Amino acid sequence: MLPLFMRSIKFLVGLAFIGVLMIALFGSVMGLIKEPPQPTAEEEIHKHPKELHLASDGPLGKWDLAALQRGFLVYEKVCASCHSLNLVSFRNLADLGYSEPEIKKIAADWPIKQPVQDPKTGVWGERDNLPSDRFPKVYYPGTGTPPDLSLIAKARHDGAAYVYSLLTGYGEKPTAEQIKQFPEFAKPPEGMYFNPYFANLNISMPPPLTSEGQVTYSDGTRATVDQMAKDVAAFLVWTAEPTMQTRHRAGLAVVLFLLIATGLAYGAYLTVWRGVKH
Amino acid sequence: MSFPWARQYEPKNPVMQWIDSRLPLPRFVYNAVGAGYPVPRNLNYFWNFGVLAGVALVVQIVTGIVLAMHFHSSAAGAFESINVGIMRDVNAGWFLRFAHANGASMFFIVVYIHIFRGLYYGSYKAPREMVWLMGVVIFLLLMATAFMGYVLPWGQMSFWGAQVITGFFSAIPVVGEWIRVWLLGGYAPDDAALNRFFSLHYLLPFVIAGAVILHIWALHIPGSGNPTGVEVKGEQDTVPFHPYYTAKDGFGVGVFMIAFALLIFFWPDLLGHPDNYIPANPLSTPAHIVPEWYFWPFYAILRAFTADFIIPAKLWGVIAMFGSILLLFFLPWLDKSPVRSANYRPGYRIAFWVLLVDVLLLGWCGGSPATPFFIILSQVTAAYYFAHFLIIVPIISRLETPKPLPNSITEAVLGDQGGSRMSETALSA
Repeated sequence: MLPLFMRSIKFLVGLAFIGVLMIALFGSVMGLIKEPPQPTAEEEIHKHPKELHLASDGPLGKWDLAALQRGFLVYEKVCASCHSLNLVSFRNLADLGYSEPEIKKIAADWPIKQPVQDPKTGVWGERDNLPSDRFPKVYYPGTGTPPDLSLIAKARHDGAAYVYSLLTGYGEKPTAEQIKQFPEFAKPPEGMYFNPYFANLNISMPPPLTSEGQVTYSDGTRATVDQMAKDVAAFLVWTAEPTMQTRHRAGLAVVLFLLIATGLAYGAYLTVWRGVKH
Repeated sequence: MSFPWARQYEPKNPVMQWIDSRLPLPRFVYNAVGAGYPVPRNLNYFWNFGVLAGVALVVQIVTGIVLAMHFHSSAAGAFESINVGIMRDVNAGWFLRFAHANGASMFFIVVYIHIFRGLYYGSYKAPREMVWLMGVVIFLLLMATAFMGYVLPWGQMSFWGAQVITGFFSAIPVVGEWIRVWLLGGYAPDDAALNRFFSLHYLLPFVIAGAVILHIWALHIPGSGNPTGVEVKGEQDTVPFHPYYTAKDGFGVGVFMIAFALLIFFWPDLLGHPDNYIPANPLSTPAHIVPEWYFWPFYAILRAFTADFIIPAKLWGVIAMFGSILLLFFLPWLDKSPVRSANYRPGYRIAFWVLLVDVLLLGWCGGSPATPFFIILSQVTAAYYFAHFLIIVPIISRLETPKPLPNSITEAVLGDQGGSRMSETALSA
């Protein structure tokens, strides 16, 4: 009796797992028949980001410094009032081609100051930003929590295109058919705005880029809403990984070296094995 | 150990003679990965992956030691120390970080190919059971290490992954919740959990290195297997490891490094999840919590159990998930066929390829949201996974008629898979 049990224990264990899975499968299929899955608003209305082409795209992408400077201007004049950039320091702006005096001035003029505590009295006060400071935290009193933008281009699927699509997606409305299917989307809730590129479809952020010329570009580029959205997306790709261009350049050299080394290793392999059938 | 015709270490250099007669370490290396280890001459490229896994382990230890010098293991500082300190301020810190994160993926790619190589060529069979058992131990240690490493950046997926995985233990009846709190050092992942995960994440790779030494030691008792599954019969069947397989592995390591470099330098975030660039927030649960890709098949098995049958569904899922790996320990005794290589086992060969597709489908389910389609697919594929190891393979191994085996490795090599009938004496040159 015992040897037979020992010999068939594998089948018993296997059948136990399979049996429980079949019960679960039966439950899943019955559930599916009783309550066929209804299409959700997210599936029906939510849109994938629009196509966006930036100089930093692809394995050999480079920075377009003019676009990054324009993007920084958009961030400074529009986004910065609600969104912080707390992982980036003012000194990092040197990468975008700003000179030291320019960076000092940008830091000193930044409207949100650095909090400091007086060591003698313990009272909190403020001081101007220095190039060595990070962009200061922003405390936002309204509804919603504006996320820090430092890593936003990496923290969303297809990040740069997502930022661009979100900023230019406010004009789009759900179609009559979609409203018929999901009547709650006829009008966004109080204080919310419809945006098909946002995961929840209704977003607390009011349209930030509304009219041409909202910022004035010094290089003569026309500041259309589309252009501003594109430039700030390019800028946020830089803030997410300022070392990207270095990475691409190093990668070219490394892969070239490895190709040659591997070619030589293959030659060595053939030489060693010459005359030995295998 | 080893074959009688293995070359003996005879150092010419007086310094090496002096060392070898007092501490035979050079002799040990010579016999392990030098000219003193005879290896079948017919190994194909799938036999490169053991060495590649060793290379991946070294890469992870070296990059990890340097990263640890710059990492702050605190819930308040971990995310910044990686995403500002290491990524922006440390010299080439971005390279170390991306090499370590993608190194984990490369390690698993290599290990999975190595495991499936073993499944196809019957590498787990006598007399190599112990090699296989040590391999499964290494695989378990590797999974534990990778999981704890993924928690360290303290992003959203780190935090919620830790929450979900430690939640497995709360499925244990009566004492489960108590064990979970004890493991985490708190009611939710926080400083205590992060610090102990960091400590263990630094420790376990060295435990893995020790297990790897046992794995190779056990391998060197019978010697390496080969694609025919026929044991070595004589000197003409083998070549010395050095220079033959050191040269071949050199080429293999080159190809591995090219793939690795392409990931690090051009697609460093391809295998990661965007949510881990969001700092951990205990108050905001991500829409879809998914582990890293290398855990997807097991995550799918966990989620496939949706029915409370005698015990709660969650406990079934946890038992099945751990069981799906632990049953690999019994594989040498589940597959009783004396023929090793699937090349000569028509029935098993079909089962092998179906299993491979099944595991890929499980992976697809595990990485996708838990919609009815993926739940149903994972229930079918999880059932097949257990059926393969516990029912199909034991039955096939009893019923199958294997194809005729070549008389020797040399015959298979010279006569293209056993077609020729040349005598062995004519070949031994």
